[in-house]
Amino acid sequence: MEPANNNIKISCRNVWKVYGENPGQFFTGQNGDVRDSEDLRQKLKDSGHIGAACNVSFDVHQGEIFIIMGLSGSGKSTMVRCLSRLIEPTAGEVLLDGVDLLKISDADLIEFRRHKMGMVFQNFGLLPHLTVLENICFPLKVQGIDLLKREARAREVINLVGLEGREDSFPRQLSGGQQQRVGIARSLAVEPEVWFLDEPFSALDPLIRRQMQDEFLRLQKMLHKTIVFITHDFLEALRLADRIAIMKDGVVVQIGTPAQLVLSPTDAYVAEFTKDVPRVRIITAGEIIDSNKNSDGISFRVEAAATLEKIMPLFNDHPEGLIVERDGVDIGVVTPQVVVNALATAGDAS
Amino acid sequence: MLIQLPRRNTSDMWPWLGVILVSAVCLLLRDKVAWLNQLPSDLVIPVADWINIYMDWFIDTFKWIFRSINWLLSWPMNGAQALLQWLPWPATIAAFCVVAYISSGWRLSIFTGLALLYMVITGYWSPSMNTLGIVFVSIPLAVGAGFVLAVVSYKSERANRIVQPILDLMQTVPTFAYLIPILLLFGFGPVVGVVASSIYACPPMVRNMILGLQKVPADVLESGVMSGSTKRQLFWWVQVPSAMPNIMVGVNQTTMCALSMVIIAAIIGGSADIGWEVLSTMRKAQFGQSLLAGIVIALIAMILDRISRGFTDRTRAIERRHLSRIERSKPLITALGLMLAFILLSIFVPALRIYPETLIFYPADVINEGLRYVTANYAFFMNTLKNTVLFYYLLPIKIGFANVISPFSWGFSLTSAMVWGYAVVIFVCACWLYLKRSWQSSIAVVVTGGLLYFGLTAIPWLPFILIVTLLAWQTGGLRVATLAFTGLLFMLFTGIWSQAMLSVYLCLAAVMVCLLVGGSLGIWASRSQWASNFLRPINDTLQSMPLFVILIPFLMFFQIGEFTSFLAIIAYAIVPMIRYTEHGLRHVPEETVEAARSMGCSPRQMLWEVKMPLALPEIMLGLNQTVLFALAMLVITALVGSKGLGQSVYIALSSADTGLGLVAGLGMALIAIIADRIIQSWCAKRKDALGLA
Ligand SMILES: Nc1ncnc2c1ncn2[C@@H]1O[C@H](COP(=O)(O)OP(=O)(O)OP(=O)(O)O)[C@@H](O)[C@H]1O
Ligand SMILES: [Mg+2]
Repeated sequence: MEPANNNIKISCRNVWKVYGENPGQFFTGQNGDVRDSEDLRQKLKDSGHIGAACNVSFDVHQGEIFIIMGLSGSGKSTMVRCLSRLIEPTAGEVLLDGVDLLKISDADLIEFRRHKMGMVFQNFGLLPHLTVLENICFPLKVQGIDLLKREARAREVINLVGLEGREDSFPRQLSGGQQQRVGIARSLAVEPEVWFLDEPFSALDPLIRRQMQDEFLRLQKMLHKTIVFITHDFLEALRLADRIAIMKDGVVVQIGTPAQLVLSPTDAYVAEFTKDVPRVRIITAGEIIDSNKNSDGISFRVEAAATLEKIMPLFNDHPEGLIVERDGVDIGVVTPQVVVNALATAGDAS
Repeated sequence: MLIQLPRRNTSDMWPWLGVILVSAVCLLLRDKVAWLNQLPSDLVIPVADWINIYMDWFIDTFKWIFRSINWLLSWPMNGAQALLQWLPWPATIAAFCVVAYISSGWRLSIFTGLALLYMVITGYWSPSMNTLGIVFVSIPLAVGAGFVLAVVSYKSERANRIVQPILDLMQTVPTFAYLIPILLLFGFGPVVGVVASSIYACPPMVRNMILGLQKVPADVLESGVMSGSTKRQLFWWVQVPSAMPNIMVGVNQTTMCALSMVIIAAIIGGSADIGWEVLSTMRKAQFGQSLLAGIVIALIAMILDRISRGFTDRTRAIERRHLSRIERSKPLITALGLMLAFILLSIFVPALRIYPETLIFYPADVINEGLRYVTANYAFFMNTLKNTVLFYYLLPIKIGFANVISPFSWGFSLTSAMVWGYAVVIFVCACWLYLKRSWQSSIAVVVTGGLLYFGLTAIPWLPFILIVTLLAWQTGGLRVATLAFTGLLFMLFTGIWSQAMLSVYLCLAAVMVCLLVGGSLGIWASRSQWASNFLRPINDTLQSMPLFVILIPFLMFFQIGEFTSFLAIIAYAIVPMIRYTEHGLRHVPEETVEAARSMGCSPRQMLWEVKMPLALPEIMLGLNQTVLFALAMLVITALVGSKGLGQSVYIALSSADTGLGLVAGLGMALIAIIADRIIQSWCAKRKDALGLA
């Protein structure tokens, strides 16, 4: 399920963030492309340094929802802050539209932040002394846009997130969910191209969280941003992600689509995350096709993106199998046997 | 029979036994070895003289700079005073009332109006306005300087490391002490008051603002940065507004400090302000007059406190924002209109400009009469009270049972049988406590017992230094121990040891009372809402009172002397003890209380077994504040005849002796800082152990 267009928006190359007394000593210049990164991690540990992000590389494509997940302390926040350069990576490069963010001047960085990036924070990060409207206007205000224009724009995004009528409230008069809507509206006010969200829904109740996730998907359908989204909740990741990167102790262990993670976890850590996930909801028909079997005698067609959960009932009427098509082209066949095999290898009976 | 000794970690106890042994030897030898009692005078380092020589040179060289500043400051200063004097009194009152209304509504506005009317009617209008003039010039200076210092030390760790200890010193060196160099540098006149109070009032602003800036949550800052703010936008639009609640607390405290210092600065005279009225009448023992003028100071303090606190209250600030621009400026327009009307009116009605002499109501003589009647008729009662406290409480701490017990004071003389009896009782107590409680309490009994027998001021310096240093070591480690040791050596070698001990004694005596009485009041307030509501306004008022004023009532009844000082110190220093005790007890974690209740604790057990231990760190912080407050007041009580370092500073002030003033002032500050560090580190340790940190 690679995204349809392959434009790389953000590219992160061998990024390291090391905390400690003298992190610079381990790297020559900006280059994070060390030969033996395991060896270096050991060295860091021995000298009392903390490798919050170690040799992280990935690409995020235009319009993609890229999720970084991992346990607490695994370096997720560190990574997303390296991407937005809220913290300075110790080594490596971060390319946004091909420009290395780590090399540009402070003034350029401010320009980038004003026009290209938006960010949402776990604890909302709202300014307590400003009203909802003023909070949302704030990024426009720092750009020097005049009052009427910025208020007009702020009202647009307020409608977008459904906060009409609360414009003059102060943050502490709002519920958590409402505050995060303000945070989202604020980050969207400047129409950013890339959107960073650091555990935006973790501080919310499960029910509200679910609602906000739907809201988020609705917004993304309209806006098509390039998104880096942090979470430690695998179910949330599954609902939202195009691709997921799993981090552990500062290292990216695996990057892949939800189904790839579930079907072929690289190690026990990843498997542990995916353990409780119902396979039938993850695996799609396209991923388990038997391309060798011919489609004689099979007539019913399903989309490659359909999950097993959807296609399994169809076997009642079509026990011989189903033809899988993608973009109108037949790409193979699934039979009940294939499905059973897939679920069995995933080691899960649900 | 073999006594089973409790198993405890007693490794920390042995140094104490050593110290007690050394103390005993010192006490035995003190009559034979003179240097144990007092350092030989040729060993005393003449630091004070050196400072004076340096100061003379400094003044000669740089006087012109300070005199120019003086000249510069005299402009706003004279301007403010002239304006306040020129404005017809109803106009000023109207302005104040409106500001009070904006700050916190009708009630404060009416109170402000009545308070100012009191100043008009008693004829204290003119000196009051002079005082306010100085205060109003000092506040912006202190706030501005504090703002800059706070930003600098927030931004740079290195600057912070320099600023923090200076703040500590500025807040603990007695105010009189730095009046002296300021006086010498700036010359006489009201500007000295401005300079002194700006300096004195600066630290709370710096501290609160740093605290506020540090408290801005990381993600608020990050969201500001991600919005694309420049550094400057981030500072003015994100950091400062987010820190505003703390900044306003700083402004409130700065205002109160400025007022307090302006009043104290009256001691050097030079301006016809209200502080001077109090002081000069107090010196002439015209207590009626000083009471009437003291009330003016108290009222000014309350007005300034309530108004600036009203502005601190954020909820109101937020409510105001919903008003339209016209509505918001309504009170201001009203104020200007009223002022203009009164100014015009006063052209035709002179009584509005200067309140007519004939209408002044000044009941000082009546008060003096009444006072004379009371002191004459209740002399026996007052004297009994005073002597009882002196003979049975103050003097034993000061000079010990060994010296105080005599037929004249206690009605009998001390026999050697009694001394032995006393020793045996102490010993038995110590043993019992060692077995039943802890070695700490056992050691405490021995030390206290020795102290009460010999008297604090009669204890040779060596044991004293050892005891304090050891205490500092065991609570705060090497750093605090070093501080305590060098601090005490400083006092010893600069020749202010005996004064320092006098100060320690009076402070200790007052603090003990605060601990007991204040602690009990705090417990009471934590259990009864009524008591809490009753005590709060009293505490608020006492706390915001310039120190001077607190002396007056006690002076009226007990005249000059140690007893009056003792009472005044208690009145001022008891406040934090009450507050922290109440706060600590009320904020014990709810789950713990519930757990204890479910186990069937009686209310009594709940208090002593559950709440007290948990609240103890907080209560000790209150004690810490109480010690600092007591020392601050101690200096002021030199005015009413207390002995010690405060007296030295006071003498230095009247003879413009910078060296003595600074050395004695520093001594005072060192006592405060040592006590502070020891108690603080104890609290930190304890909090850590309780998992409350
Ligand atoms: N300023 C710092 N100094 C030292 N270590 C730090 C600092 N900031 C983060 N770390 C360490 O870096 C590691 C990664 O932290 P990070 O905040 O990125 O984790 P996270 O995955 O976002 O966790 P969470 O889910 O709790 O937010 C942690 O071990 C943390 O202790
Ligand atoms: Mg995080």
